[in-house]
Amino acid sequence: MALLSGFVLSAFVLLAFAAPTVEYLSGHNSSSVDLLNRFASSSPSHLLGTDELGRDVFLRMLHGGRVSLLVGFTTAVLAAIFGIAIGIPAGYFGGWIDAALMRITDTVIALPLLPLLIILAAVDLTKLGIEPVLAHAPELSLYRIILIIALVGWTTVARLVRGTALSLRQRDFVLASISQGASHSRIMFRHILPNSISPILVATTLSVGNIILLESVLSFLGLGIQPPIPSWGNMLTNAQELIYEAPMLAVWPGLAIFTTVVAFNFLGDGLQDALDPKALAR
Amino acid sequence: MVETAMTRYSIQRLAESVIVLIVMSFLIYAIMALMPGDPIDIMVQSDPNLTSADAARLKALYGLDQPLSERYANWFLSAVRGDFGYSRIHNRPALEILVPRLANTTWLMAASLVLSLILALPIGVYSALHPYSRTDYLINFMALGGISVPVFWLALMLIIVFSVWLGWFPAGGMHTVGDNSLIDSARHMVLPVITLSIASIGSLTRYVRAAMMEVMRHDYIRTARAKGLSTKTIVFKHALRNAMIPVVTVLALSFGSLFSGALITETMFSYLGMGKLIYDSIIGNDYNMALVSLLFATALVLVSNLAADLAYAWLDPRISYR
Repeated sequence: MALLSGFVLSAFVLLAFAAPTVEYLSGHNSSSVDLLNRFASSSPSHLLGTDELGRDVFLRMLHGGRVSLLVGFTTAVLAAIFGIAIGIPAGYFGGWIDAALMRITDTVIALPLLPLLIILAAVDLTKLGIEPVLAHAPELSLYRIILIIALVGWTTVARLVRGTALSLRQRDFVLASISQGASHSRIMFRHILPNSISPILVATTLSVGNIILLESVLSFLGLGIQPPIPSWGNMLTNAQELIYEAPMLAVWPGLAIFTTVVAFNFLGDGLQDALDPKALAR
Repeated sequence: MVETAMTRYSIQRLAESVIVLIVMSFLIYAIMALMPGDPIDIMVQSDPNLTSADAARLKALYGLDQPLSERYANWFLSAVRGDFGYSRIHNRPALEILVPRLANTTWLMAASLVLSLILALPIGVYSALHPYSRTDYLINFMALGGISVPVFWLALMLIIVFSVWLGWFPAGGMHTVGDNSLIDSARHMVLPVITLSIASIGSLTRYVRAAMMEVMRHDYIRTARAKGLSTKTIVFKHALRNAMIPVVTVLALSFGSLFSGALITETMFSYLGMGKLIYDSIIGNDYNMALVSLLFATALVLVSNLAADLAYAWLDPRISYR
């Protein structure tokens, strides 16, 4: 299953990368409006038909996938970096640093995330002193969503890394390094981090699926990726009002989100089994 | 001795939760101050007779010209006295709006929790007792699928199939106008409850399976087998009870994500609960309402986490607490 998921994901990533090429080859443009050709059904020239403005749904899906996957990967990596920055010092230093950092982590885990993300997404950036022109650019919605999801999504990695750091700290090679007078940062970066890579990898893979889910729901609610940039989430916003006229418009983007998230979850599960020595013993 | 340690632990955790709640109230207050517009600006926009001098006077009157810390202190002092201000959209005290919404959300979440448990427990146990069988793989596949479905899309699909095509259930709302029967309300809850439950059934099944498999490997299970006890007795009297300890914890800890799910579900089905209230008041710039409903949601989640911690300590005498 994990292998199949890997194939599916690679195919999605390839398609997303190839979106401009496909666009060129098909002779259509994902954002070109064709009002005479609204709600067209599937045909060789429009694989998945057209939407309420006559735009090609398949091409929009590809572009949406580009955005969703980009947000998923970037946010997961950013969140992992935050998690590492919190988890390694906590596990390595222990004591009150550990207690304080883990208290914060537990608190963030306990919060109702979606309402928080909604108010963070609704923040008026001009009040933070950002130029209005810049603050209302659709591209900014991309960076904003990456940042706010990463701000709440680092907890799993932090806890895992803290756990491994805690056990690695007592291992002989770390003790040897300490006795040789290595600095704290050298031990943390050269010894602890490389040895915690496998749990980080698993947690990050599993988190991509979750992040894509969060991104899609925020975009769906109109608070994430802003049109005209297509994302699987905001494609569904319009589709919701058209469920009587064109139910298929609501099916495709959701199916894409679902497939991607399932694939990431299976891949993460597979990685976990492959990297966890305990799983082999069973 | 045990009693006092437990009591001390409970008090300490309770105090921590209160501190977290106060910190959160400040953070939310500060973020809300960054949201577009402010109440007086909205008033000015809707009333052409207001001059900018009037607006400034109103701002001074309501204390909006003061620094954030001052405003927060004022809000906090009224809040502890039970005054959470007026809702801008509803023109009534925010707390008055909140309470019935809270009840509706409780109904929704409780129904979903019961449904999830009824389904996830037997499925998870079956899966754990037949590990790596074909059925187990199928169950695992479906459970992962349940976790991976975007909740809002699931809601859309259910509406398309069961309301638009089949017409079995209403697509949204709480009850049909003029029909106050219980059956009508229940019909309106079917789709929201299914929507909210799919993800929790998936994750709960996986937890039950993992916990059950862990327990079945213990020596006391082997001892029970060696004594000649029936599989039924072993599973239900020995294993399941122990497996429930982590499951109960996970259940209480997943309260936060269940609430997030409820927010989406309520918004999709126009179900008048807390989640929709939070969403509507944030979108509608209803500051007092958004603040108090967010805080209540946070408090609920904190209480459920506290309950999880205490239940954990209480269910399992082997746990030692600091």
